[in-house]
Amino acid sequence: MKEQLKTPELAAVEVAVEGGDLSRGDVILKGALAAGAIYGSAMVSPFVRKALAMSESGDVGILNFALTLEYLESTFYAEAKKRAKPSGELKSLVNLIASDEQQHVEALEATIKKLGGKPVAEPKFNFEYSDTAGFLKLAQTFEDTGVSAYNGAGPMIKSKEVLAAAGGIVQVEARHAAAIRLQNKEEPAPDAFDSPLSEKQVLKAVEPFIV
Amino acid sequence: MADIKQLKDPVSRRRFLAVGGSTTAVAAFLAACGDDSGTTTTTMTDSMSSGGGASETAEFGKGDIGILNYALTLEYLETAFYADVVKSGLFKGADLKTIEKFGQEEKEHVEALTAAVKQLGGKPAPEPKAEFPLKNAKSVLELAGTVENLGAAAYLGQAANIQSPEVLASALAIHSVEGRHAAALNTLLGESITPDGAFAKPADVQTVLKSVEPFLVG
Repeated sequence: MKEQLKTPELAAVEVAVEGGDLSRGDVILKGALAAGAIYGSAMVSPFVRKALAMSESGDVGILNFALTLEYLESTFYAEAKKRAKPSGELKSLVNLIASDEQQHVEALEATIKKLGGKPVAEPKFNFEYSDTAGFLKLAQTFEDTGVSAYNGAGPMIKSKEVLAAAGGIVQVEARHAAAIRLQNKEEPAPDAFDSPLSEKQVLKAVEPFIV
Repeated sequence: MADIKQLKDPVSRRRFLAVGGSTTAVAAFLAACGDDSGTTTTTMTDSMSSGGGASETAEFGKGDIGILNYALTLEYLETAFYADVVKSGLFKGADLKTIEKFGQEEKEHVEALTAAVKQLGGKPAPEPKAEFPLKNAKSVLELAGTVENLGAAAYLGQAANIQSPEVLASALAIHSVEGRHAAALNTLLGESITPDGAFAKPADVQTVLKSVEPFLVG
């Protein structure tokens, strides 16, 4: 026990081994919590504190980032059903995308909870457009930004399951982007590679729409 | 928003962003491949794979090289398909332009994947010999739609198996473009842009290879 007291991280390692099939992030987190519980948080070394911070901003953090974008898109399309005055083919498209984005919101909220996290609160949004063309222009920006946001976040996702789920969402965002671009008479796939955007870049892009 | 802004960048992402800030950076991520060790993603994948079975793409090579060569094989097929369609004379005007554009993008995917395999010290998969039925514009568009939807599903099926964050970044950058192609073709065909609904479904290697088998020659 004395040795463990000196190095509470080692207790974390033991918990990790017992953890079996836990992901490494879970292992570090649970181990650190166990160490903290046993020895008091004062005994948790800087190494473990760092691990805790990483775990907190890990997959749950990425999912909450994605959730904010999906809130934005979901609200945008729900409003657009009336405000953008879509008709014919565009009306069906707006309804389809609104439903998809709402499902993404629900799936992300559920996943965050499943991982033991807390879904971020939905921000209030303000979208400025006055006609169908204005709506479509914004829609293209949001969909393209959404694709690049997921592509930027993907390599940081720790859990294989979360990554696979995010992949299933980003492909749908890409499909929306292509369809909206066709509505705008633009290339559906302007580049051979959808460049990733950093979280900062994405937040900068969407900030003007958050009240 | 405060919650989001508090997030810290894991090391692997910072590194990735340092080389991957723009479209032209695809070559740069690929160049960054191979020096990767001990990143979060790699560690995670290692711990997950200990419980899994043999690699689905083993016949194409080990680990990420196998996945990249599998993708390369599919991209070769897509490139050859579009080249044949352009030559067939079945399309004109805007449709022809779309087909040429998609074909060009598939060719860029071939080049990027070839470079990535070499960067990882692997041998790029050979270009398969293929023949495609090109009877009329409608059937060709339908085949294109099938091929693109399958391609997108194939990438999605492998994303979580990729070890290197840089390779994953590249694969994701291609995956969503395949999704765009698929949606554009589905629109032309008057079909749903999201046939799987709000969440795209992956396809496993066996399913994908079985689907392309009829087009392989020799």
